[in-house]
Amino acid sequence: MRAFTAALDLRRYVGRWSLRSASHAGRFFFMLLDLVRGILEWRVWLPRTLDQTIAVGYGSLFIVLLVAGFAGAVTSLQAGYQFTGQLPLYVAGGIISESMILELGPVLTGLILAGRIGARYAAELGSMRVTEQIDALESLGRSPYSHLLLPRCLAGLIVIPTLVMLANATGFLVGWVAAKNSLGITNADFIYGARYFFRSFDLWYSAIKAFCFAAAVTVLPCYIGYNTQQGAEGVGRATTQAVVAASVTILMLDMLLAQLLLAPAK
Amino acid sequence: MIELRGVSKRFVDNIVLDRVDFTVQDGETMALLGPSGVGKSVLLKHVIGLIKPDAGEVIVDGHNVAKLPRHELAALRSTIGYVFQNGALFDSMDVGDNIRLGITNEEQYHDDDYCAARVKECLRLVNLSPDVMPKFPAELSGGMRKRVGIARAIAGQPKYLLYDEPTSGLDPVNADVIDSLIERLQQELGVTSVEVTHDVRGAFRVADRIALLWQAKIRAVGTPEEILASKDPAVQQFLERDLEMAVIQAEGNDGPRV
Repeated sequence: MRAFTAALDLRRYVGRWSLRSASHAGRFFFMLLDLVRGILEWRVWLPRTLDQTIAVGYGSLFIVLLVAGFAGAVTSLQAGYQFTGQLPLYVAGGIISESMILELGPVLTGLILAGRIGARYAAELGSMRVTEQIDALESLGRSPYSHLLLPRCLAGLIVIPTLVMLANATGFLVGWVAAKNSLGITNADFIYGARYFFRSFDLWYSAIKAFCFAAAVTVLPCYIGYNTQQGAEGVGRATTQAVVAASVTILMLDMLLAQLLLAPAK
Repeated sequence: MIELRGVSKRFVDNIVLDRVDFTVQDGETMALLGPSGVGKSVLLKHVIGLIKPDAGEVIVDGHNVAKLPRHELAALRSTIGYVFQNGALFDSMDVGDNIRLGITNEEQYHDDDYCAARVKECLRLVNLSPDVMPKFPAELSGGMRKRVGIARAIAGQPKYLLYDEPTSGLDPVNADVIDSLIERLQQELGVTSVEVTHDVRGAFRVADRIALLWQAKIRAVGTPEEILASKDPAVQQFLERDLEMAVIQAEGNDGPRV
């Protein structure tokens, strides 16, 4: 009897979970459609996108560059620790530049911005939902997609790839300085190593990753924030969910993109 | 005209509206009374299409709201002003921009001179000075926020005005100010209005007709005099709960308006 009840509970749980997932998938799909439709209302989203771009871009610049700088320095120090006496010094140039461009720049920036931009978007939209500001917008015959969601998503898609490129450059430069001081590598050796391992595709790969991460950091938190329920507690829950969902998606995309783009390019 | 025909709505196991029929004639002010949490706001949100009914039809201006395509629904909504219970002002915008967003005609919305004049006019209609324009919602008192909410709702020159608890959370003096404002707007603008409230005194003051929503159904509809004379125990119970009704009843033959 107990086994039967447990089986029934499991079936109910799986059923509810499946229904909830299907409902989210459907709503997410329709939100994407509405975002695409909203593009026609450029007079609405364009000025708001510029405002959002300045707000999230300028506000995130310092922390992104700080983290990228530390990442470059640490990579340099660890490269010295692992390879001194084993490999030619110029290899450090390649390790630092490739680590920053292929992995650390996009992933660290993505994860930081999942916390910074993703949390901000989910909290803003969630608060607007629970205080009926989104309902008010709809009651005025205005689309929340073109007024609220599209500017935020577009701002993220502009800002995040830009920040990733700046993070790559900062990490590379700080790593270079750290390598000179800690490993005693010459400028010529460092540049030789960096150029030896560099392929122009690496920059494209970094940009594609940044763009995909930007989508995860903006669209998911916007969806979660937009569908917030149950007051202040709901806003808190939505914010946490948004950061977790965006971070996990970034890590999954990181693996997927490496498999899709790097494996064939070997 | 606003018409609800057999509208039902439930949230999980909670039946909020059960085959509700409700009509508001053009130019009329209808007050929808009922205890807190009975579903008055839910009914009002059906009128503007923010909530879709599980069954029945919501007809506004001859359109079935739940079945309108998106752009037609947006067009219909632009003819309806909705005053939210807590104002629902946009935090990130100042008062001027909040009211400007209520201008639903796109040509007018992008005309800065028109907008400046219209915002000032709306502030005048709600007895606010133009000095509040650069203020943000967080800097306003509860009563001012309600009035800015009303100014935003009338900025688009709507045919219909829907008030969701416009006096809730206000002290009696401020509630009176809002009631006077609703009365005056009614006279100056001549719009069709629905006021959702649990404030019996305010409802008797502003409404041409009153409806009582009770246990998911419209229990009574009529003029204030008819409602006052109703022998329905639910109506009497609800009216008697409001202490002000004692004053109204004591005035007896002077009529229900206070």
